[in-house]
Amino acid sequence: MLFRCLPKEGFRDLVEMTLETIEVVGPKEIGRDKDDNPIHHYLPVSNPDELDFDYATTEYSAKTYFLPFQENLSTYRFDEDDWHQDIRYRIQPRAIIGLHACDINGLLKLDKVFARDFFPSPYYISRRQNTFIVGIDHEPCDGGFCRSLGTDTVTHGFDLFLTDLGDRYFVAIGSDRGFGALQKVNAREITDEDTHNYLTERQRLAGLFQAEVPVNDLGNLLDIEFTSEVWEKWGRKCMSCGSCAMVCPTCYCYGVMEKVSMDFERGVKQRQAYSCNLVDFAEVAGDHNFRPDSTTRLKYRYYHQHRGFVEIYDEPKCVGCNRCGRTCLAGISPVEVITDLQMDERT
Amino acid sequence: MKNLFQPYDVSLESEMLEPLDFNRRSRLKETDRCFKAEILNVIRLTDMEKLFQVRILDAGESERFSFLPGQFVMVEVPGYGEIPISISSSASRAGYLELCIRRAGIVTGALHRAERGARIGIRGPFGTHFPMETMKGHDVLLIAGGLGLAPLRASIFGVIENRADFENVHILYGTKSPDQLLFDYQYEEWSRIDDIDLQVIVEEPDDKWTGPVGLITKLLDGIEVDPQRTFAIVCGPPVMFKFVCGRLSEQGMPMRRMFVSLERRMHCGMGKCCRCNIGSTFTCMEGPVFDYWTVMNLKEAI
Repeated sequence: MLFRCLPKEGFRDLVEMTLETIEVVGPKEIGRDKDDNPIHHYLPVSNPDELDFDYATTEYSAKTYFLPFQENLSTYRFDEDDWHQDIRYRIQPRAIIGLHACDINGLLKLDKVFARDFFPSPYYISRRQNTFIVGIDHEPCDGGFCRSLGTDTVTHGFDLFLTDLGDRYFVAIGSDRGFGALQKVNAREITDEDTHNYLTERQRLAGLFQAEVPVNDLGNLLDIEFTSEVWEKWGRKCMSCGSCAMVCPTCYCYGVMEKVSMDFERGVKQRQAYSCNLVDFAEVAGDHNFRPDSTTRLKYRYYHQHRGFVEIYDEPKCVGCNRCGRTCLAGISPVEVITDLQMDERT
Repeated sequence: MKNLFQPYDVSLESEMLEPLDFNRRSRLKETDRCFKAEILNVIRLTDMEKLFQVRILDAGESERFSFLPGQFVMVEVPGYGEIPISISSSASRAGYLELCIRRAGIVTGALHRAERGARIGIRGPFGTHFPMETMKGHDVLLIAGGLGLAPLRASIFGVIENRADFENVHILYGTKSPDQLLFDYQYEEWSRIDDIDLQVIVEEPDDKWTGPVGLITKLLDGIEVDPQRTFAIVCGPPVMFKFVCGRLSEQGMPMRRMFVSLERRMHCGMGKCCRCNIGSTFTCMEGPVFDYWTVMNLKEAI
């Protein structure tokens, strides 16, 4: 990996130049919660000042820029006795500036599902390739347990990754595209002092983590604890609203449905984000539901995160951002659920 | 115990010789482009089920379209939706499909209203298949209950069209009542073939029924199974293959030689949407055809 050093004014120039050509999305304060803490979302910005890099986390992940909640897979035009299918992929370039390591790791996991071996998704790949990603290091957010999942650092999946060194950024370059962008703003070679400051800062950040959730062995544990009362305890609380999946950076389950225009001349086939906690997730023809209880559905959410995904991709699907824990209306916290399971095993 | 520890010689696996099934769709960039297909004939099977004979319209696509018994396609009625349907016809005809469809929801309802000449979309084929090549040289039990005859029928054709490659062949089929029997016009043809044993049983006979009465397992009583040289394909409701496979397993048939087909409501067919997950297994990718040992290990499968 190549590294450069970029003064903060240079970075501002970079954002301004990007804004002149493409849409720029970044962390933006949209309001305050009841305790007067700022709430951030990844939203389009119109000038560099709107970007607030001193954010702890966002309510939603940046997933929606790659897997929108709703997306047209194809459109249909109806004739007398025939139909014609039309497929379009989103090809407008966009930059997302200010993603934390957990969110970039989330994208890397989605890459494995949507951009690799079997049936790579042209819809996803098109959005991914057309997105310029600038990541940034930050102190751990409240309740985040990304360090337990090894997602507090990231080595690829971005174009540039920044570490704040006061008056300048230490920049890791992840692509030729990123390299080219830095050339335009005269980033300089790194010095020994830069490297030293960078390593010190990394060490400081790593030392700030408090939440820790041991996840090794969770795969087997989930099989052993399949009938555990822990699922009953947490599953009964679950209101099956699906919020956890909506804010999650890696939840990608979906449903497909079709709609017809009022004049019956056009139809559209849409991918709609879904959640395995929704009541009809596993419903089949004849109204049979394989997972009628909220307890079963909640269990399978964890099953997919920490066992199913591991089986296929050798790593958990979870990045430890704790967005699901923060957004849950019933107060279901992933840290507590997993800890409960592990305690259960010992008794 | 002897049956459990048979020596295993990998070189004898004819499966090793089967060509890898690279679904050509996976190499195409357009995963959601469907083949346009025309309904050639609609055949009424029962009050609830119809058989749709369809042909892929584009000559080139039609020629390249091939599948193996047990695989499924996503059938799309533009404007209504898309559903997974197993293929019921012989795999030996390129670009031609028979789909046995029960009226159950929006898409199947639209299909049941469709007439000859209507155009639908087909994506696929997807999923795993019955190991027809591996089964060659063995006795074969083909067992179906209810709608299970739809996925099984492709392998029945597979056996009949290559009859010389198989030893003893039994086809067993059962439904609740005689009016639910699918493809009843074909039993005559199948049973007239020398050396194919076809037996049909119903649970609740009507006045005209003269055949055997009872559950499908009753038909197994009259059949001598040599567990070491028999393969079984069992299609039907989960409760049925639980009993049938359980029974065969007791008789000493290895669970790896019994194959079942599972069904879930898939939305993509490509291992993405997660709607067909059984535990953590994708029915669309690792299934729909599973051996019984795998199914025993799937939570919530049965």
